[in-house]
Amino acid sequence: MCRRREKIVQIDRRLISHFDWTLFLLVLSFVAIGITTIYSANYNLATGHAGALPMRQFTWLGLGLIAMFVAISFDYHYIDRLAYPFYGVMLLLLVLVDIIGHSGGGSQRWINLGFFRLQPSEPAKLAIVLVMAKYFQSDEPAKGYYLRDLWVPFAIVAPLIFLTLIQPDLGTAIILGIVFISMVLMGGLRLRSFAYLVGAGIAFLPIGWQFLKTYQRNRILTFLDPDRDPLGAGYHVIQSQIAVGSGKLFGKGWLHGTQNRLNFLPEQHTDFIFAVFSEEWGFVGCAVLLLLFVMMIAYCLRVVQRAKDRFGALLVFGMLSIIFWHVTINVSMVTGLMPVVGVPLPMVSYGGSALATIMFAVGVIINVSMRRYVF
Amino acid sequence: MAALQINKQDGAPEIRRRANFLYVLLVIVFIGLTARLVHLQLVHGERYTFLSENNRVRLKRVPGTRGMIYDRHGELLVDSRPSFDLIFVPEDAKEPEQTLRVLAGRLAWDVDELLQTYQDNKSRSAFDEIVLGRDIEWAAVVAVEAHQLDLPGVSLRVRPRRNYADGPIAAHILGYMGEINQRQLKSYKEQGYLVGDEIGQSGLERHWEEVLRGQHGGQQVEVDALGRRVRVLHQVNDVPGYTVHLTLDRQMQQTAYEALQGKEGTIVAIDVNSGAILALASTPAFDPNVFARGIKGSEWNALINDRLRPLSNRATQGQFPPGSTFKIVMFIAGLEEGVVDPNSSISDPGFYYFGNRAFRDWKQGGHGSVNLHHSLVISCDTYYYQLGAKLGVDKIAKWARAFGLGEKTGIALDDERSGLIPDTTWKQKRYRQPWYPGETLSVAIGQGYVTVTPLQMANMMAAVANGGKLFQPRLVSKIESVDGSTVREFGPELIRTIEMKPDTLNRVHNALADVVKAGTGGMARSPLIEVAGKTGTAQVIEMKGAYLKSEHLSRFTRDHAWFVSYAPVQSPQVAVAVLIEHGGHGGDAAAPMAKKVFEKFVELQKQATEKQHVQAPGENRAD
Repeated sequence: MCRRREKIVQIDRRLISHFDWTLFLLVLSFVAIGITTIYSANYNLATGHAGALPMRQFTWLGLGLIAMFVAISFDYHYIDRLAYPFYGVMLLLLVLVDIIGHSGGGSQRWINLGFFRLQPSEPAKLAIVLVMAKYFQSDEPAKGYYLRDLWVPFAIVAPLIFLTLIQPDLGTAIILGIVFISMVLMGGLRLRSFAYLVGAGIAFLPIGWQFLKTYQRNRILTFLDPDRDPLGAGYHVIQSQIAVGSGKLFGKGWLHGTQNRLNFLPEQHTDFIFAVFSEEWGFVGCAVLLLLFVMMIAYCLRVVQRAKDRFGALLVFGMLSIIFWHVTINVSMVTGLMPVVGVPLPMVSYGGSALATIMFAVGVIINVSMRRYVF
Repeated sequence: MAALQINKQDGAPEIRRRANFLYVLLVIVFIGLTARLVHLQLVHGERYTFLSENNRVRLKRVPGTRGMIYDRHGELLVDSRPSFDLIFVPEDAKEPEQTLRVLAGRLAWDVDELLQTYQDNKSRSAFDEIVLGRDIEWAAVVAVEAHQLDLPGVSLRVRPRRNYADGPIAAHILGYMGEINQRQLKSYKEQGYLVGDEIGQSGLERHWEEVLRGQHGGQQVEVDALGRRVRVLHQVNDVPGYTVHLTLDRQMQQTAYEALQGKEGTIVAIDVNSGAILALASTPAFDPNVFARGIKGSEWNALINDRLRPLSNRATQGQFPPGSTFKIVMFIAGLEEGVVDPNSSISDPGFYYFGNRAFRDWKQGGHGSVNLHHSLVISCDTYYYQLGAKLGVDKIAKWARAFGLGEKTGIALDDERSGLIPDTTWKQKRYRQPWYPGETLSVAIGQGYVTVTPLQMANMMAAVANGGKLFQPRLVSKIESVDGSTVREFGPELIRTIEMKPDTLNRVHNALADVVKAGTGGMARSPLIEVAGKTGTAQVIEMKGAYLKSEHLSRFTRDHAWFVSYAPVQSPQVAVAVLIEHGGHGGDAAAPMAKKVFEKFVELQKQATEKQHVQAPGENRAD
């Protein structure tokens, strides 16, 4: 036991020179953009204060850094052993949150840990990646996987999605499902099988509809027809677009957004942070922010391609797909391309569980990236 | 370490290949999102800027009209009438303080007060409305309408205001409205409540909140730079709340309330055959209209600091020792348990020796020879001391609880108290002490640990009168939608049937009738209706040594006066319980009030039959 620990520490020392500063600095810049925008979103003109949230996001950054370094500190091959225990804990927490969880915004999403309210559906995203990477790490069949090969992965993932859906947290459930599908495709599902799956999914849509809460149905119906609920979700969709649109080319400047202060958005520092950012920084700011995300994801794709083994490649791919889908869905929702579902903008939106989760994910990517040189 | 190494060391060729496609996908998504941003920010940027800066889109909420409340004959108790609030949005005024000065001039209001309200609301979110005045007078409404142009940012908001037709007479039943508080906001948020909304805070207003409230409607409005409405973009109609019909009789309620004027006390009248409450008055009361127009801090403080506790409903929240009214339970228990021979008498010297203590009768010198019937009529304490000793506290408790004492009746009003019926297990649990037989004697005359609520006593009398059916007291008979169709109806709900021998019932009915005819309850005697009942005088402080007359005690140490009753003696219809706090003798203070309520009942019945007689021929003609 003692010898093994020495060995790990030794490896770590050798790895410091390979530490991935690019990813690390990218993460810090996103968080910095996030905190300045959270500050603006909560800024009160009359009092000149922004309340406690920006400071608290700093605390969550600390928590995120710990999560990140935990994810970096051990050889990622250990994840092979940890995947199922981690999955088990997540499952347990999600069951727990439905029983004792704290009610926030009308649904059961949190477990109160005293200093921190944990939202277990966030780290559940990681569990899906870990377990799927483990499942698909061995060489894929020559013709790829058939649908019948998917029963086991599906049985593993379905409870997580179901428990998230009944909280109800539609946004996170969608992320979980879409990350699962991404992993399966990357793992080697035949395209024809995937087509079957999509067909079946469409067929089951009416059943899924039954599981949605009224407000979630309203959001989707409102997206299809914004005039349907002009006082509720429809109002937010319109006001969000006004916020983004009125930013024009250069924006109104930091702390000068007006839509933001109308309180038109129920969650302006979490899910709608991009609207606040767009209004104040304009098209230029948005393009830069999106470009930064594209750079980060492209960079991670390179890490996927350079990974020294299939397990590492799948891990990195899963983590980057989490980030990719969050950004895509969030920005589409805020700009009115998609119905309003509760999905935060990674590293920018306010929220401890989400930030720690994404930073852990980046930690795993850095881990694989660092060890590609080690044989 | 070796075990953890994965076999493949040459990377993952298939994955590498697939990742190449993903670069393409990434670029496509980036282009797509950027195109959307170009569309919103560059192509339509001017329009959105215009919308965000000049034409502000606001939400105006129109609260659903709250449901009305009627009494059993369809007489209006509560409705909502339109009222005007004066609203100010400082962002719409170029110089807010100047505007307020002009406004004060136009309305002849106090400038400093208006400016103060404005200052107090400084930390609100931008474009949130400040309420300068609620339910303002008609003259002020006209003045504001006429001078709209001088008053940028000032507007009127029509909103329905709760109106309690009879003011305080049924205040404790109807309850009052108030602004939603933080705690309520949390649990009601999902149902669409917002900060500043009114919500039922007590009584029926609170209990039937969801039925009464209706659905909010509203408008998405475009307003100009002065905050004036340019056009309505979208509108959602509000849905009025349901109408609630009560079992209450407005005129009986009025009689009960008026009878109690100047006293602290309560009167409950209940239909013995259904548990329907006909009247439930508690004094001192408060005027719920004061809450509807927005209660001032000083008014609220005066209410909650009043030593006479006007906000508390004495009928359901007041817990009092039942005193001699408890002898009804003893009487029935004695017969049913077979420990008393109704035909034999005891001799009452004015006290009862138990252990080495003499338990005194209320009458110095005693009542002489007393049998069971007589004991209730003259309320002989000594008789019940020895009966209590024979029964033991657990059997007393069993019978008291059978009649619903010591448990909540489950009436749909807030914070009902249960009172207390002690027994040996309770004492052990509560004080970790055994029950002392001497304590049973206090219980036997309704003192000691025993407490009850006046509602429980009224309900008990109803069960005694109807032969043992204990109903749940209820206030609501029907819920109707605005178009008059019935949504839900409420009928009698039996809690339990108390099995009693016909002989027991006969004897208790006769004794109760004689209490009024020839005993302590003489002041309830009425030429219009034959009343049966029992007086009670509940001690507030223990009398040591001397016989103190109530009149000689100071106000807050004087005895509580009880009268519990039903009428008519033959085929009973209504049970009435009266409690007057510190009223002194039950026979003097409480019994006359019950008489008033019974007489009103007879009068109303007579009116109702006359009406029927008048109508009947008309109907015949129509045939």
